[in-house]
Amino acid sequence: MRELLQIIFDALSLGSLYALGALGIALIFGVMRLVNFAHGDFIAFCVFAMLWPSIDAAAIVFAGQLPFYLLIPLLLLIGAALSILSEVVVFRRFRNANPATMMIASFALGFVIRHLLLMLFSSRPKSITLWPSLGLPVEVFGAHIPMLQVVTIIITLAVLVILVLFLKRTRYGLEMRAAADNFTMARMLGVRANGVILLAFAISGMLAAAIGLILATNSGTADIGMGANVMLIAFIATVIGGLGSIPGAVAAGFLIGAASVVFQATLPHDARVFRDALVYGAVIVVLLVRPQGLFAPKSAKQRV
Amino acid sequence: MSQRPSVIRQTIITPIVLIVALLIMAALSYEFGSRAFNRTVVEMFINIMVVVGLYVFVGNSGLLSFGHISFMCLGAYMTAWLTIPPVMKSITLKGLPAWLLHAQLPMWVATPISGLFAALFALIVGRVIMRLSGIAASIATFGLLGVINNVYSNWDSVTGGQGSIVGIPPTMNVWTAWIGGAVAIAIAYLYSISRSGLALRATRDEAVAASASGIDIVRERLIAFVVSAFIIGLAGALYAHFLSIVNPGAFYLRTTFITLSMLVVGGMYSLSGAVSGVVAISVLIELFRDLEKGISLGGHTVGLPNGVQEIAIGIITIVILMYLPTGLTRNREFSWRRWPLQPRLTRPVQTALKELL
Repeated sequence: MRELLQIIFDALSLGSLYALGALGIALIFGVMRLVNFAHGDFIAFCVFAMLWPSIDAAAIVFAGQLPFYLLIPLLLLIGAALSILSEVVVFRRFRNANPATMMIASFALGFVIRHLLLMLFSSRPKSITLWPSLGLPVEVFGAHIPMLQVVTIIITLAVLVILVLFLKRTRYGLEMRAAADNFTMARMLGVRANGVILLAFAISGMLAAAIGLILATNSGTADIGMGANVMLIAFIATVIGGLGSIPGAVAAGFLIGAASVVFQATLPHDARVFRDALVYGAVIVVLLVRPQGLFAPKSAKQRV
Repeated sequence: MSQRPSVIRQTIITPIVLIVALLIMAALSYEFGSRAFNRTVVEMFINIMVVVGLYVFVGNSGLLSFGHISFMCLGAYMTAWLTIPPVMKSITLKGLPAWLLHAQLPMWVATPISGLFAALFALIVGRVIMRLSGIAASIATFGLLGVINNVYSNWDSVTGGQGSIVGIPPTMNVWTAWIGGAVAIAIAYLYSISRSGLALRATRDEAVAASASGIDIVRERLIAFVVSAFIIGLAGALYAHFLSIVNPGAFYLRTTFITLSMLVVGGMYSLSGAVSGVVAISVLIELFRDLEKGISLGGHTVGLPNGVQEIAIGIITIVILMYLPTGLTRNREFSWRRWPLQPRLTRPVQTALKELL
């Protein structure tokens, strides 16, 4: 029972990370059909924004020293600013380009950001301690769960609730959903394209910052490649969930997180290193059964 | 029908131009280049093979594939298993089957076998994956990359795990690399003028109409997938002989994206685009590498700080795509008439310009 609870919490917290990542990618995909491969580098950028540029192994914590009620809004702001900046400078010019071109452009942008960080901070992972008290275990129904896992899950749920309220109850949310459904039609009905796209980028950037905070607290290190893995899984989750479907992306994120944790827990010891191969294999199987994704929106169906 | 000049006569000039251009580069670098420069040229030729292989599938089918670098991995490891002296293999790769453990083939035999191995693997997985289309197919190929990378990184007794396998005979020079590039271009050209190539491009441009005309989309995609896997398997084998070590990290995301960028920068729907994209990006990389090392200006060495190379290349890629979203060649092929670029819209081997613009 205790082990089961442990597995459930592991699955939920890992799934939360993937779901937040998938959300960031799905929002942008919804409004401009761009698969943003730079998202992982946005995450890393937000983490490194807490440090002062130096190439020493010991990180000089800069913004990271702020109390949390200042640090969190600051990082969210940095994430949103970076994301909006990349839209204005780069992606705006690719609105009408074919998806492959956009994808490569976003990859190139990520490449630039990553190497900028490498130049400023060197490739050595740096230790960074944020809120060490979150690493302590708490007892939930007899199982010892790290506090951070609980916090991650709560934050994710809070973000999801806020986002759902935003999308369903506000004018901007309505515009964004309309744009995701049929962008041309939405524009004709008076939705301003730039506004909606900028908003999607801003939210996506904030989500990247949130992931960065969770990852940095969890691992205690800042590493240039730290966002890449989350981004890849998140990207896969958006497709499995049905491209363009926001609830689908979240559900698929949790699903992949759960699959990873369950494989990790149930596989025999020798086979554990092949866990990722099984996860990717499962992704292929899911796609074969449901090529449109698990929760494909009606608008995703191709018309002749 | 009889009056129409044959497809070959209309288009043969493209592969000839490309192969001769590469020959000139090889000869120049052999004659004048330093050892390090020769290695750069060899690497560029191998990249040309990879990107041309990608073009066979991506360019003709219109599906973006993230999985082709796994064929490079398969080819590289296969040639490693076949050519490393048995004495070394029995220490580092104990898990190999006996016949492979005792085999030691020359590179000229091992390389085609590696290509065939990759092609065979592609035939098996392609039968499943090619049923998908659009972004689902791209993600499935991505899953393939993940699976292969994970297995090759962790199956220690057969692949040496995360570490590198050493001892592959380093037999590459510019001439062998040129032969590799020429073979890749020839195969890609022959495929693109073949019945299957034409049919596949028809499905790329108008899937429904092509299907209604009796084209079996899955079958044509599978053929292209296997052909491209063969070319990239060869490239992987040559890459292993070039570095003389292999490790799984070399065949993962970085290589995938860089080769895809080269293809898109050149123009993903044309063979000339595939080749010129690689040449353009390789030249840029080399240029900035030299600038980082520094140029002496009146006794002082002025150099760019380290790391500027990658940043500059990323920015240049974005700028190229901004102004030429269909790539440097705008998806056209090299040919004689109206040198250097000839729009191919009136040709049998046509690209989907209208779809892109």
